[in-house]
Amino acid sequence: MKLIKNICILLFAFMCYLSLPSQAVVVSANQLVEDALHYDGASIEYVGEVVGDIMARGEYVWLNVNDGSRAIGIWAEKKLVKNIEKTGSYNYIGDKVKVVGDFHRACPEHGGDLDIHAETISVIEEGHKIEHALNPTKIVVAIILLLAVLALIFLPRILKPSS
Amino acid sequence: MWLRPTNEDFKTIAFYIGKLIVGLGIIFVIPLITALIFQEWDRALDFLLSMEASILIGLLLQKIFPSTHDLNWSQGLAVTSISWLVAMFLGAVPLMLSGHYLSYLDACFDAMSGFATTGLALIQNLDHAAHSLNMWRHLMMFLGGQGIVVIALTFLVRGTAGAYRMYVGEAREEKVLPNVIQTARFIWFISLIYLAIGTLTLTIIGFLEGIPLVRSFLHGIWIFMAAFDTGGFTPQSQSILYYHSFPYELVTIVLMILGTINFSLHYALWNRNFKELFKNIETRTLFISITTIFIITVIGLTQLSVYPNWLANFRKGFYQIVSAHSGTGYMTIYAPQFHQEWGFLAVLMTILAMGFGGSACSTAGGIKALRIGIFCKALIQDIKRIMSPGTAIVLAKFHHIKDILLEDRLVRSALVILLSYVITYFAGTIVGLYYGYPLDKAFFESVSAAANVGLSTGITDPAMPTGLKITYIIEMWIGRLEFISIFILFGLAIARFTGAKGRSR
Repeated sequence: MKLIKNICILLFAFMCYLSLPSQAVVVSANQLVEDALHYDGASIEYVGEVVGDIMARGEYVWLNVNDGSRAIGIWAEKKLVKNIEKTGSYNYIGDKVKVVGDFHRACPEHGGDLDIHAETISVIEEGHKIEHALNPTKIVVAIILLLAVLALIFLPRILKPSS
Repeated sequence: MWLRPTNEDFKTIAFYIGKLIVGLGIIFVIPLITALIFQEWDRALDFLLSMEASILIGLLLQKIFPSTHDLNWSQGLAVTSISWLVAMFLGAVPLMLSGHYLSYLDACFDAMSGFATTGLALIQNLDHAAHSLNMWRHLMMFLGGQGIVVIALTFLVRGTAGAYRMYVGEAREEKVLPNVIQTARFIWFISLIYLAIGTLTLTIIGFLEGIPLVRSFLHGIWIFMAAFDTGGFTPQSQSILYYHSFPYELVTIVLMILGTINFSLHYALWNRNFKELFKNIETRTLFISITTIFIITVIGLTQLSVYPNWLANFRKGFYQIVSAHSGTGYMTIYAPQFHQEWGFLAVLMTILAMGFGGSACSTAGGIKALRIGIFCKALIQDIKRIMSPGTAIVLAKFHHIKDILLEDRLVRSALVILLSYVITYFAGTIVGLYYGYPLDKAFFESVSAAANVGLSTGITDPAMPTGLKITYIIEMWIGRLEFISIFILFGLAIARFTGAKGRSR
């Protein structure tokens, strides 16, 4: 009787485990693009920097997340991106985000785009401003070249009357 | 017998190249102003340096090799072919200084790709590129599409016979208007009108699709320049896929088609001669070719169930085919997807579309619809000739602005260029195979480079072998100039040592 009771408890625990949501697979953009058939429809976890614009479309947004190899389009509810403050551009390194969602090789909802429909988006590293320092060598070369050009244009005109 | 070029010939060539380089130097002012507006000081310095270096070299050439002579045919064609190489070397300077390239060769690759309106790119970290850098990348496409010489003809060179000879060297043998300077100015006029309309449309759509106004304007002007001039550069690494927008894709389809139309046809339409659109051999050939290739592509894609519905087939299949046929190279899929998902039939159709190309005297590359049309007409004429009685005279004609009798010399010149393109496509493929790439990928990339398209299966990458980078640069150069001016350049070099003495003028 005790054995049957134990088996029932084990079975119940096993059923509970099976009913838990499946663990999302951590993948790179290159893996998604080059092995798209394999990951099609799977729940995945994707990490990268938000680049460019967060484009609002009604209650949803499109954002593009670049993991260093390439960027992938993410379709998400507006509320999921409210914590994203910086997006990657010339002046900024964008926020690094972890996206968990369903991957589509050719999304039927979005004209066949390869995309991820996000379930959760979390900022794991805040973006920051990029400092672009002026290169002093370039300044010196620019001044020398400017003087050379001006000399070439004006010297013959100055020297002409005297000759 | 070839005449040996004299020192005077080389002086004249150097003088005119100097003029064109000064013209290029002045154009750097556009990205320079962009850099100043957006406070990109380091990039501003790059463009200032490039501008000064170009003007200095151009002025020095004119001072050291002064010339009052007009250009003869070989000089005019040589000036054009060399100018494109010089433009590549100078255009690559700000690219290299930006820090987005691993080597100067990579920067030269992108500069040639830009000027030749190809669109293959080796830039790194594009998503963090400065506005001014993107302005220059796209401006190169606009200038290259219009023709570097066309720019010089418009602003710098007087209306001489030599001007026409440089113009021809840029694969523009058709004069839209009787005078070559008027033709050059018309090309600019029509392009600037489209620039205004196209940029405005893309700006509005970009804004409505969620991009802030200033950025949607910048993206609008850049995407217009690269679409109308059938170039293919984009300001973001995902090409047109970045926008996730069907309206944006539709507008770029229209722009790509407009860019692939002959400027003579634009002129006819400008004069309300709409019948020309339906009678012209080029528009007919393009229509038949795009339709047939698209249908076969969809059959290939449907067989493999690549896309879930008809809309997806249109947004991916039709878009890529129009992009390939017009020689633009915009993509709404990722490069590896061609190889991984599209299947052999659809990929083969894309290669055919790229190889055929757009119209003559347009900004498109490839063999060109006019030559394909002439080839088909000649083929039909020959079949009719064989089937007719021996004494019958079989004449054929075609309509291109006016009715033209299909003469053997026309067929011959069309076939020479057609064959030259095919040889170039195969030569680049052989180099790709030598470096260990599979046949389909090597062929795809070679055709894309030589036909100045810019679609890629993923071979074009900063890590690709140096030899292949140089091969593609040469393919882009000769593909854009359509061989003749480059043959003349090599002819001049050979004649320097083997030609007979005498005046070539």
